[in-house]
Amino acid sequence: MSTNTQPKSGTDFSTDPNTNMGMDFSTDAYLDMDLLRFLTCGSVDDGKSTLIGRLLYDSKSIFEDQLEAAETASLSRGDQRMDLALLTDGLRAEREQGITIDVAYRYFATPKRKFIIADCPGHVQYTRNMVTGASTANLALILIDARHGVIEQTRRHSFITSLLRIPHLVVCVNKMDLADWSQETYDKIREDFEEFAARFEITDITFIPMSALTGDNVVNRSENMDWYQGPSLLHHLENVHIAGDRDMIDPRFPVQWVVRPQGDEHHDYRGYGGQVASGVFQVGDEVVALPSGMESKIKSIDIGGDSQQFASPPQSVSIQLEDDIDISRGDMLCRPNNQPTSGQDIDAMVVWMTDTPMQVGKKYTIRHTSNEARCIVKNLNYRLDIETLHRVEEASDLKLNEIGRISIRTTKPLFYDPYRQCRVTGSFIIVDEQTNNTVGAAMIIGETN
Amino acid sequence: MSQIADSQAHYRLTHLKALEAEAIHIMREVAAQFEKPALMFSGGKDSIVMVKLAEKAFRPAKFPFPLLHIDTGHNFPEALAFRDHLVDSIGERLIIHKVQDLIDKGMATEDPGPFPSRNRAQIPTLLDAIETYQFDALFGGARRDEEKARAKERIFSFRDDFGQWDPKNQRPELWNLYNGRSRMGENIRVFPISNWTEMDVWQYIMLEEIEIPDLYFSHEREVVERRGQLVPVGDAPFGPRDGEEVVKRTVRFRTVGDMSCTAATDSPAANLEEIVGEVAAARASERGARMDDKNSEAAMEDRKKEGYF
Repeated sequence: MSTNTQPKSGTDFSTDPNTNMGMDFSTDAYLDMDLLRFLTCGSVDDGKSTLIGRLLYDSKSIFEDQLEAAETASLSRGDQRMDLALLTDGLRAEREQGITIDVAYRYFATPKRKFIIADCPGHVQYTRNMVTGASTANLALILIDARHGVIEQTRRHSFITSLLRIPHLVVCVNKMDLADWSQETYDKIREDFEEFAARFEITDITFIPMSALTGDNVVNRSENMDWYQGPSLLHHLENVHIAGDRDMIDPRFPVQWVVRPQGDEHHDYRGYGGQVASGVFQVGDEVVALPSGMESKIKSIDIGGDSQQFASPPQSVSIQLEDDIDISRGDMLCRPNNQPTSGQDIDAMVVWMTDTPMQVGKKYTIRHTSNEARCIVKNLNYRLDIETLHRVEEASDLKLNEIGRISIRTTKPLFYDPYRQCRVTGSFIIVDEQTNNTVGAAMIIGETN
Repeated sequence: MSQIADSQAHYRLTHLKALEAEAIHIMREVAAQFEKPALMFSGGKDSIVMVKLAEKAFRPAKFPFPLLHIDTGHNFPEALAFRDHLVDSIGERLIIHKVQDLIDKGMATEDPGPFPSRNRAQIPTLLDAIETYQFDALFGGARRDEEKARAKERIFSFRDDFGQWDPKNQRPELWNLYNGRSRMGENIRVFPISNWTEMDVWQYIMLEEIEIPDLYFSHEREVVERRGQLVPVGDAPFGPRDGEEVVKRTVRFRTVGDMSCTAATDSPAANLEEIVGEVAAARASERGARMDDKNSEAAMEDRKKEGYF
């Protein structure tokens, strides 16, 4: 661990690149930060906990009492040194067994960005947990042990990253200290990775050789690997361009809640509350409401009564229309000349998330944007073997952690886009009607042929 | 700069605004999916921020739920005064459910010992409030950065008939889709500011100019040193104990819970900018000032399993 210098308090903003780790926040800088959600995939063996521990520790996101608690727990367990995983493993069962079971969310910030880490377990039996963490991430970190290179787990994690359409991927070739800081080793891993990743649609891949243990290329550029000219991990996380990930072209606004004051003061107010799924809405825009097809213009946009001229994703706003048309929860506002698909026969990739297998012919409830419907699973087109990526067409059901392509028919039309175009209008969850549990995560491909 | 890059800069959302949007979405989802929600209001800064977010989600209409205060009887008088002032100014309904009433009825027991904390007695009181008013969803101001068990808790956190949390049997929570389906008797706790840190909360209070109790700002107060912490003293049962010397110190509170379990910190921070500077430089976590978490490593996890927030 590097030494953790006591930060200056106050409101000055240091521009010294050596002291930029989460310390000197001026008020202005903090209020101007953006948000990056990323996912870490890997197991304890890959040094994932060490890497996260280092990011949190160096950004001063771990407090002394938390460190003390981890130290005390390590000692009472008889460990020789403090186990960094204790800082990140939350549940007692996890601490006792030394494994990660569930997704844990962690937070740190530098003066440039606030980060939310979805810390996911790596093993195959936790695929559903990784999918959960991946669903909200803009970026994924995949850890590779430099001594072992690309292994089956790497392929699985990369596939899930591409399945969930995480726009940015960082391949952390870790434990370079145990591989003699060898460029040859790194280049080989990079080539291997690029070869199989060519099959996936991942647009932005960055490779970084590092050692989380020694800190090389995590926060600071490595002196042991002067052959590497790229950024350190933190530098990359701070600077990767994410503004372009949002779709500003295709306006979609699922209506979540109708804001209707009772009382004389605002009795003309009728606002449609929701979160912008994609595209931009502006006052004066012509919109169409689905499923009614009624058209109107946007009269006003506000948040809690404070007006604004436009709304962009992922803002939660209330929209008032010029005309009094009947709109309720589950409806969608979009532009007359740019509408989502409306239909009841849908093909989707689904990840199954519970012990009871998915059955063809069974009825489930689905939640899609602010809409709820029932569906029947008409067909399982194939199961995807996530080790080999082969399609198993004779599959008859989907078990826990299995992935397949299904065709469903819904009781009413959904307004959707392909998941590859819009993660919000292209995703739905499947709910078991007996247990009420969330049993499947689905990404829409399109209309059933 | 190209036109596209221009428009991206124009529509850029800061992290606070992104967190705000997420919280509003969660609150509206609860309002739509549940029959009888309530917002747990303690008078602390996190619940005050939740009230602000509810205003953003539902104004100009009234909130589609009441505020609920589980009154331990160990509150700071300043926090109670602030609670009443706030409720009055926003014109919303407040339900107060008192731990003392449950103790009087024999449904909750005071912890043994001469100086009991009422942390544990809050649990039956909360469950009784749920039963009495038939609440099916409760908003809480807990954040995942506070504590290790909370880092793994869902935003929609299910509780069984006994209010228990089962950490190994949580529903997957994907995208911004929340599954609130539950059976009679089950209820959920919902944490709209799960993804906020202590720093985010303070920055948001500053950005939105949200009024908070004076307890959070530096002031002179009578305290005693107890187990290395500065403990506020007041009227019985919060007086000094044998051998303790009451001293006047310039302090503030980072977190406002019960007087019986919240320690003060030495601080000259008298305004929000100074508090933000102090939070940025802090070396101890916020919950370090909560004496109840120190009892065992898994103290919070155990309390949550029993129905605690």
